[in-house]
Amino acid sequence: MAKAYTPGLKVSARTRHRARRLLPVPGEVRVKQGDRVSADTVVAETFTEGDLTPMKLASLLGCTPKELPSLMLKPVGAAVTKDEPIARSKGIFGFGKVEVKAAATGVLESVSDSSGMAIIRGEKLPIRVLAYMPGQVVEVLPAEGVVIENDASLVQGIFGVGGETFGTIALACKSRDEELHEDLITPAMKGAVIVGGARMTATAVRRARDVGAAAVVSGGMDDQDLRDFLGYDLGVAITGSEKTGLTVVITEGFGEISMARRTFALLAAHAGRPASVNGATQIRAGVMRPELVVPLDGLDPSKLSGLEAAKDSGHESGVLEVGTLVRVIRDPHFGVIGTVAALPEQPAVLGSGSKARVLEVAVENAGRITVPRANVELIEG
Amino acid sequence: MSSPSHAAGHASARPTPPPDRIRVVVATDCGSTTTKAILIQQQPDGSYRQTHRGEAPTTVEEPFADVTIGVSNSVTELQELSGRRLVDDDGCIIRRTSPDDPNGCDIYISTSSAGGGLQMMVAGVVKQMTAESAKRAALGAGAIVMDTIAANDQRKPHEQIQRIRELRPDMVLISGGTDGGDSKKVVELAELIAPAKPRPRFGSEYRLPIIFAGNKEAAPAVRRVFDGPGFDLAVVDNLRPVLERENLGPAREKIHDVFLEHVMAHAPGYDKLIAWTDAPIMPTPGAVGDILQEIARQRGINAVGVDIGGATTDVFSVFDHAGSPVFNRTVSANLGMSYSISNVCAEAGMANVLRWVHLDMDERELRNRVKNKMIRPTTIPQTREALVFEQAVAREALRLAYVQHKDFATTLKGVQQQRTVGDAFSQQEAGRTIVDNMKLDLLVASGGVLSHAPRMEQTAAMLVDSFEPEGFTELAKDSIFMMPHLGVLASVHSKAAMEVFERDCLILLGTSIAAKGTGKLGKACFSYSISGGGLSERGTMAYGEVKLLRLAAGQTARAEITPERGFDVGAGPGKPISREVRGGTVGLVLDARGRPLSLPEDPQQRRATIARWVKALELYPD
Repeated sequence: MAKAYTPGLKVSARTRHRARRLLPVPGEVRVKQGDRVSADTVVAETFTEGDLTPMKLASLLGCTPKELPSLMLKPVGAAVTKDEPIARSKGIFGFGKVEVKAAATGVLESVSDSSGMAIIRGEKLPIRVLAYMPGQVVEVLPAEGVVIENDASLVQGIFGVGGETFGTIALACKSRDEELHEDLITPAMKGAVIVGGARMTATAVRRARDVGAAAVVSGGMDDQDLRDFLGYDLGVAITGSEKTGLTVVITEGFGEISMARRTFALLAAHAGRPASVNGATQIRAGVMRPELVVPLDGLDPSKLSGLEAAKDSGHESGVLEVGTLVRVIRDPHFGVIGTVAALPEQPAVLGSGSKARVLEVAVENAGRITVPRANVELIEG
Repeated sequence: MSSPSHAAGHASARPTPPPDRIRVVVATDCGSTTTKAILIQQQPDGSYRQTHRGEAPTTVEEPFADVTIGVSNSVTELQELSGRRLVDDDGCIIRRTSPDDPNGCDIYISTSSAGGGLQMMVAGVVKQMTAESAKRAALGAGAIVMDTIAANDQRKPHEQIQRIRELRPDMVLISGGTDGGDSKKVVELAELIAPAKPRPRFGSEYRLPIIFAGNKEAAPAVRRVFDGPGFDLAVVDNLRPVLERENLGPAREKIHDVFLEHVMAHAPGYDKLIAWTDAPIMPTPGAVGDILQEIARQRGINAVGVDIGGATTDVFSVFDHAGSPVFNRTVSANLGMSYSISNVCAEAGMANVLRWVHLDMDERELRNRVKNKMIRPTTIPQTREALVFEQAVAREALRLAYVQHKDFATTLKGVQQQRTVGDAFSQQEAGRTIVDNMKLDLLVASGGVLSHAPRMEQTAAMLVDSFEPEGFTELAKDSIFMMPHLGVLASVHSKAAMEVFERDCLILLGTSIAAKGTGKLGKACFSYSISGGGLSERGTMAYGEVKLLRLAAGQTARAEITPERGFDVGAGPGKPISREVRGGTVGLVLDARGRPLSLPEDPQQRRATIARWVKALELYPD
């Protein structure tokens, strides 16, 4: 049978999810293997070297760099406090002495007799890594961090902004094709992960932020609305560090597009349960997609039974073959979901005039459409 | 200012055989996603031709984490296509044992941009002078310059330090001060960089290479600054020994050395690959720059090459300046057709993109499409409308990249000019661009949107619209992105590299004949008489008009062009010119749209104008 490989987004009702929680620089791990942690547990901590404050001391004193060491009031390595005198010129016959005060609090790290510059290093800055996801510590990476594991439902989105957050899932839309408007968002959704259906409007996103929601997740969004929300036009898809006060995840793409049926059903089944969300997206060099993780702790298994059954389609992961469920990801059929009906061997001439390998997709109530293989993605379970 | 950065003198595990013993060449380019292999063989008549091509996914990432697996796979494809045994049972590349040996190759060479290529931070005292020279050296060596730190870059020292701490470069190039000049500023710069401790990409074990190419009298003090664990300092000749002269060669050579010895050695499997190759591995863009310089040198022409990718656009140029060829390369980091497509639209403005479109399109929907392409970068246009839009975006990406290139490729800034009274009327300031479209002889295109356009006419049109060549300019495209392979081949066998470049690499699209100047729409711009190669055409081009004359590849014709007053096609305003022109897969493009090329403001009028050009150039025939 003909096969091809294509990328896809993971939507899984039950998976053993592992989160690696690492410090950017070596430090101390605060938990032990086997510990149960909640999303806000500090699992590792370190301190980075303090900020550097350079001071052009020789210029300030009106001396040559060579003279500088002899004019220092504090030796290299000494602790200094902001506005404390650290160097004094000799003046002329003892008059007109110039005194220079420390520009910052910290340690006098160096005094250069080549350039006349002194550097003060500020106090160390703390960096803390939270667990992000409730679960069990299954591995401790000494001085680096931990691996946390839990059974969870996992939804990968296609694009997001804003970093890691967590909250309780609040369903705002009744169906996957209902647009998320501001009137569906209430003050009761403070701290929640709001789940919409189809396109979310700019005013809905702003309202979500205003009520203090942790995140908002929906099928699509207009680029113009994203731009209004961010305050600038996003040039390159490397996100996660935006300080917008709200993490936003779109599951399907830009424009008027409904959330995939299974994704919506899964999130709806989890309404009222805690979820961890990360909007960080990176398309280039090590793809990173935004995610929504719902730990399954204490969940009635019957709640997911119908959703789990859909997962086992009998198809190999990452493989495009007749019968696999795909989503068309480019116009003119953008957003259409169907199953692969045929994978012709020979390239076909497209409407654009290009030659490319194509496949046929059977779409419910709409017959078959032919699209380039590059323009579909798998909907993976 | 610079010469081709041939890799001669670099260490490689195998000795390179002399050129007369090289008959079969295997070359690979290990890209971020694909490793491309080509086979070059000497023909019975003694000439060299590229005969087969293979490719396989690059394998620097887990689970393979060994670049040589991808190399073996791509060369195995060559083996299958050519019937020549090139890979042994262990996956290594076989060398011929005698001139009659039907298996193996005489040399194996490679370039690499895997793992994001070579990433550098550069620093100089004065932004427009030494810092710019340092940037030129790094770019010319094939690096991506992550940031340029200069004493006068408008950032406060603590902001500079913060930036240095955020970057994760493979190496740092520091310059500053002329030899014998002020040492203080450059030492100060070093004193900012050392305590900020930029963290290398390859982890804490990696000693960050620092290349110092500044005032030689400051070198001892700089040595003291970097005399600690975590740094590996190399001192080379000053890249700006006097204000009036750049000396980029030693810094570029050292960058290549460090690339090979430090950066490559830390990339998965590269220790093996270095041992396999018969010449030093070069950064891919460095090799492309070298082949362009080689062709410009051998043919005595001015050339521009462009490579537009998904994330970045590289522009290379070689222009004669004061009697010697000057090479420049720029990387427009966020101008590309997939990952960076949204940035092109943001930087150019959607109105500028849409001015190239002759069809009705809804802007809101287009914006969504752009973002959808950004987040799903591997998709391809299925409809003509999508193709037209994508090629409009490409025009703007190329135009912006060329503007950046022209701004960068200048005469040396900061040079004092002695002026006479006469000069007051023709002041030519230092720092003006040396890129002169009227003197441009050859424009070479590569990269998906240009190389894979369904029609060659579309490639030619994108080049002409965005680069706006003036006078007579040959247009060509790199057939299968072979320039990197040929660049590294040029370092060991220049003749073979040039022959393959001319015969197999370049597809000549034709020649653009364009008048510089502006006029009134519909008024005469230039008259033409073209004969030869099956053509016998004469007529007058009205301002605003463009015309395509078919002149096949391998054919030449004599073109006599007489411009109207105020228009120039190379001999000066209003002066006639007669030249031999070469045909190609597209032919001759007679362009009377004026330079700079402008479009009507009124949307209806503009769309009608574009539609006429589309028809004249046969871009999207039914």
